[in-house]
Amino acid sequence: MITRKLIRWLDQRTGAAGVTAKTLEKVFPNHWSFLLGEVALYSFVMLVLTGTYLGFFYVPSVATTTYTGSYAPLQGVEVSQAYRSALDLSFDVRAGLVMRQMHHWAALIFVAAITAHLARIFFTGAFRRPRELNWMIGVTLMLLAIGNGFAGYSLLDDQLSGTGLRIMYSVIISIPLAGTWIASLVFGGDFPGEDILSRLFLLHVFVIPITITGLLVLHLGMLVKHKHTHFPGRGATDHNVVGERLWPTYAAKAGGLFFITAAVIAALGGLAQINAIWIYGPFRTSNVSALSQPDWYMGWLEGAMRLMPAWEISLGGYTVPNPFFPGVLIPGITFTLLYAWPFLEAWRTRDRAEHHVLDRPRDRPGRTAAGAATLAFYSVLGLGGANDLLTTFFGLSLNQVVWVLRAMLVVVPIAAALVTYRLCLELQQRDRGDADDIATGNAHRELGGGAAGDGGSASGAAVAPVVVARTD
Amino acid sequence: MADRSGAARSATPSPTRTASPSGPSIGMPLLCFAVSVAAAFALTAVYATGGNAQAEGALLAVSLGGIGIGLVSWCKRLMPNEIVTEDRPSPASAAGEADEVVDELSGAEQGMDRRHVLEIGLVTAVAGLGVAALLPIRSLGPRPGKGLKSTPWAAGNLRVVDEAGGIVTLDRLAPNGVLTVFPEGFVGREDAQTLLMNLRRDDFVPVKGREDWVADGYVGYSKVCTHAGCPVGLFEERLGTLLCPCHQSTFDVLHGARPVFGPATRPLPQLPLALDGQTLIATGDFSAPVGPGFWDMDR
Repeated sequence: MITRKLIRWLDQRTGAAGVTAKTLEKVFPNHWSFLLGEVALYSFVMLVLTGTYLGFFYVPSVATTTYTGSYAPLQGVEVSQAYRSALDLSFDVRAGLVMRQMHHWAALIFVAAITAHLARIFFTGAFRRPRELNWMIGVTLMLLAIGNGFAGYSLLDDQLSGTGLRIMYSVIISIPLAGTWIASLVFGGDFPGEDILSRLFLLHVFVIPITITGLLVLHLGMLVKHKHTHFPGRGATDHNVVGERLWPTYAAKAGGLFFITAAVIAALGGLAQINAIWIYGPFRTSNVSALSQPDWYMGWLEGAMRLMPAWEISLGGYTVPNPFFPGVLIPGITFTLLYAWPFLEAWRTRDRAEHHVLDRPRDRPGRTAAGAATLAFYSVLGLGGANDLLTTFFGLSLNQVVWVLRAMLVVVPIAAALVTYRLCLELQQRDRGDADDIATGNAHRELGGGAAGDGGSASGAAVAPVVVARTD
Repeated sequence: MADRSGAARSATPSPTRTASPSGPSIGMPLLCFAVSVAAAFALTAVYATGGNAQAEGALLAVSLGGIGIGLVSWCKRLMPNEIVTEDRPSPASAAGEADEVVDELSGAEQGMDRRHVLEIGLVTAVAGLGVAALLPIRSLGPRPGKGLKSTPWAAGNLRVVDEAGGIVTLDRLAPNGVLTVFPEGFVGREDAQTLLMNLRRDDFVPVKGREDWVADGYVGYSKVCTHAGCPVGLFEERLGTLLCPCHQSTFDVLHGARPVFGPATRPLPQLPLALDGQTLIATGDFSAPVGPGFWDMDR
């Protein structure tokens, strides 16, 4: 066979056959929620592919030109080269529009998949030793994904993106002491300046994607080193890994998932219009559109800006302006807590042992409740980012909507935490006591209860067939 | 390898035409791949005949999805899904290896004192180089200075012009009319944009000390929101309020554009207007720095 000959030829020069054979044998645990990270990875691949195509046409310049392309309503209008090239991509480059829209949809799915993946890791305790570093890399990847999304949609120089940059500039100058300096260095002077688009372009297509790629390699390298976590049951312990071999089953599933992810992105890119910059018009600093909305992953920041009461701090003639609190402090606290969580939890529980068997969320009611409260908090902030839409859609008073959302920001997370905590305890109780009410013989439940170490002694009919010895 | 689910699955569904007598059905994955090929051909045809975003997206989705679903269905029907167990050693190296690395790096066997001095020297040199290498960041932008605190209006006695550059005279706006204006020669300047309003109405109360900033009912406020810098553009005539569409800060233009709702903390700065015959002019700069706040804005 030609293949056999080729592989031998390659192996004689690289010695890769041994490693490859081992890799093909590698065992991957199986659970639908383990695919969320894969969806993020595949969205990133689609972003690189479609983005490269867009890069062949996009012009990162604010120099003005008269639009003469085929979109009639804007013909003869003075626009920037950047905006013009984005219009050309949409109307005069064949397949350009579908590529542009696929790129935008892929970015939305990328951040969504990362967020869902992060939630899965959080609720199952997959950040515990030895995965603290990989958790921190993951949080960094999330930050970079959000940042690059913002940089990306800011490049088009349409009315919406210009408004977004204006707000970003205002948030930067709100930073105490250094704010105006940072803003001047980033924008090359006062807003809007001539430089920001070309700088964002370099960050968006080179610096950040390269960094993401490097961190992804580390992220996956550590995954290979640690081997994937697994849920309790089927004999899973902290010293083994139970699942399917990479080849052929897992590889086929993963490959299939890549194509399905790409197919969803393609369908959305073709059929669901997104970021219709020709409707928004070119950026003019004295214009703004009512009902302007950022991309979904900026919604919580936008909501924080909108719901923030009119406070600012005056310190001996110096000012800490209002946007600092929602625009800098809240994201700062958010990501500091995310980075610190594995260490905070280990310090609180005094559990510093290695863990490879996942928690079931119900067996860690405290953590699960904290996660539910956090999700509720950011969901209310996200709703706040759409307060104008809520107002017009339901015909309400804007002032009432804002006050209700401010109240919800306090009440809903607390309620979510209490309900979740209670629900976890109920589920635990069902697992333990009322064995008749549930399907018995399910190893997952009993092992999870035992793993929590909070009185989950297995009882009655539902004793797990496999008893897992734990080292800690 | 045992093929448990594969065998179970192939037994239940009715056998398809392509089912081979010796094994489970390959009909479904094969059909998927065939659909994918057909969609790829159609995609080529759409592109060649002028392109159409909807058709391209849909056909690309079918082509990609055909491969994806084909692979998954191949995997579910025909591939082994045996559950196996593999050892998972702790990621840590063998006992003592980490300490060996530290010993190796710190060179415990060498003369300690002199090496220590050299190390301090090296660290200092690298730190110095690092600081020097950071300095070029300074070239990225100018020192932030008066730009944030003054606008082109500061030149004084500049004529008020509209977005097309046309001179604005007293007959331009009806009562409650609103117009975006700039200083002559600075049309489009972000920090100079001004909302000119004809507030000839009974409930308008000029700010104390600024009674003469109103020119025959015409009042000018900075259009840059004092919260996050969006243009404040929505005038609610009945209430006499301006709303910023970005974060819904609301300003009462009848009382010096003071903030009455939303996150803004400071009023929109006012422009001192006057008349030169029938033409509107501004005698100087705004009453305060325009736009969002910053650390030393009041110094």
